[in-house]
Amino acid sequence: MKVLVAVKRVVDYNVKVRVKPDNSGIDLANVKMSMNPFCEIAVEEAVRLKEKGIATEIVAVSVGPTAAQEQLRTALALGADRAILVDTTEELSALAIAKLLKAVVDKEQPQLVILGKQAIDSDNNQTGQMLAALCGFAQGTFASKVERDGDVLNVTREIDGGLQTVALNLPAVVTTDLRLNEPRYASLPNIMKAKKKPLDVVTPDALGVSTASTIKTLKVEAPAGRQAGIKVKSVAELVEKLKNEAKVI
Amino acid sequence: MAILVIAEHSNATLNGATLNTIAAAKQIAAGDIHVLIAGQNCTGAAEAAAKADSVSKVLVADHAAYAQQLSENIAPLVVELSKSNGYSHVLAPAGSNGKNFMPRIAALLDVDQISEIISVESSDTFKRPIYAGNAIATVQSSAPVKVITVRATGFDPVATEGGSATVEPVSLVQDAGLSRFVSEELATTDRPDLGAAKVVVSGGRGLQSGDNFKILYALADKLGAAVGASRAAVDAGFVPNDMQVGQTGKIVAPQLYIAVGISGAIQHLAGMKDSKIIVAINKDEEAPIFQVADYGLVGDLFELVPELEKSL
Repeated sequence: MKVLVAVKRVVDYNVKVRVKPDNSGIDLANVKMSMNPFCEIAVEEAVRLKEKGIATEIVAVSVGPTAAQEQLRTALALGADRAILVDTTEELSALAIAKLLKAVVDKEQPQLVILGKQAIDSDNNQTGQMLAALCGFAQGTFASKVERDGDVLNVTREIDGGLQTVALNLPAVVTTDLRLNEPRYASLPNIMKAKKKPLDVVTPDALGVSTASTIKTLKVEAPAGRQAGIKVKSVAELVEKLKNEAKVI
Repeated sequence: MAILVIAEHSNATLNGATLNTIAAAKQIAAGDIHVLIAGQNCTGAAEAAAKADSVSKVLVADHAAYAQQLSENIAPLVVELSKSNGYSHVLAPAGSNGKNFMPRIAALLDVDQISEIISVESSDTFKRPIYAGNAIATVQSSAPVKVITVRATGFDPVATEGGSATVEPVSLVQDAGLSRFVSEELATTDRPDLGAAKVVVSGGRGLQSGDNFKILYALADKLGAAVGASRAAVDAGFVPNDMQVGQTGKIVAPQLYIAVGISGAIQHLAGMKDSKIIVAINKDEEAPIFQVADYGLVGDLFELVPELEKSL
C-alpha cells in the first residue's frame, strides 16, 4: 500500500526559545531548525512498513516555507521515495494544514497517512484528527504499535489510564506517540542519494485550497518566571521548611 | 447562548477534569451549561454530572456505539447536537479522549480548534501555552462555534454537589462503522490520580531501575501522593508510560511536586512547573531542576529518600 507521511520543520527540541520583545511571537532568527521529533517517528514507521513489505511507496509531504525542503530531504534520506512541498510562508492553522493535506491525499490516494501526534512548537495535537475527519477516514491517534491485519489496521494507542487497541478500516490516519519506535539516523550515502530523489513543489492556490483562518494570535508572552529557591542542607531541614514555611505537608 | 461540555467519564463515574472544564465554561459566558455523557451504561456518570454545580442540563447518549468513546462515532454525534442546539462553545477536558475527538469535531464543523486553554480572557479570547510552555499565546477566535480543550490544572473545579440539572436522553445513534474497539490494558493503582493529586512524587533516570521505584512508592504512600516519572524513566522501562509527566505526557500542578533523580529537561518542566512548591533531590547540583525548585537537596537519592520517608 501507498503511505503518505507528513513532516513539519520546527525549532530544534533542545533550543530554549525566546519571546520577541514586541510580543508578536517567538524569535526564530538564527535558531536551529529540525524535523519535529514526532514526525521523525512517523517517517521511521513508514520505512519499517516498507521493509516488512506492507508499504510499497512512501511519499513525504510538508506544508511550510521553501526551507522545509531540508526536512523533506531528511525524510528522503531516511527512506521515503519522493516528496511534496506545499510552499507557503504564512503561518497556518491546523485546519488549513489539514485541508492542504486532504488535497494531497485526494491526488495521491494513499491507504495510510502517518503524522506525528503534535508539533513541539504549536503543541496543538489537531492536524491528524482533522485530516481524518475531512477525508472520512478512521483515526488511530497516539499510536505506540501499528500492525496490518488484512483489510484492517490494528493500532495500540496510549491513553490516560494505559493502552487501548482499536481496529481501523483502511484507508486510515495514524498519529505517532514517542513509544512507537526509535528513529534511525540517515547515513551519508543515503543523504547523497536523497538529493536525486524527486521533490515537487506546489502552492496552496494550485491545490485550490483557501487557508483563511478564524484564529488570530493577539500576543505571545514569556510565562511568569519562578522565584529561584533555596538549597537545604539536610532532610530534617527540608521537612521543617515544608511543614512550617510552605505548609504543604 | 448555551455551552456544551463533553464529559470525561468511565461510564460509572465522572472524571474530575470534567468539573474543571465546567468551571472554564462558567467563565466564558453566563448562560446554560449542558454536559454530554456519551457512553454505555453511563447512568452513574450522568447522575454525578446532574449534581455538579452550574450544570443546567445533562444529555445522555447511552449506546454500544459510544462505549469506548471512539472519535469516529462521538464526532458526528456532537456535530448534530451542536447544530440542533446552536451551541456557542463546545468544550472538553484536554485528556487523551478530548484530544482525540475534539479536532475531529472542529474539522466537521469547519472551524479551527483552540487546544489546552489555561485561562479565559473573554468569550472569544483565551490563553494557551506553546513551545512546551515556554511562551503563552493569547488567541482570539471568530469561529461561529468555538471548539476548545481545557487544561484542567488551569481552573479550579466546580463543586460536585449543589446542582440539579435535568437529565435528557439522546436517542441519536451515530455509528460510522470505520473503527472497532479491540482491547485495553489499564494500569491499576490505589494511589490518587496523577492529574488531580495534591502531592506528586516523580522519579527519573537517577532511580536506575524499576525495582528502585519502590522507595518512591513508600514515600508517596506516606504523603498520600501520586507517582509520576520523567520520559527517561519511561523509556528505560522502569515504569509504564501513563506515568509520564511532561509536554507529551500528563500536565500536573499539585501543591507539592517532589522530583527525584530528574535533571529537569525543558520537556519535563512543561508538565510540572506550575506546581505550587517544587522540591528537587538530585546529586548533580548543576541540574536544571534546581533553577525551578523552591527547595533543593543535593545528595544521593538512595540515602535521602528513605530518610525523608522515615521522618514523615
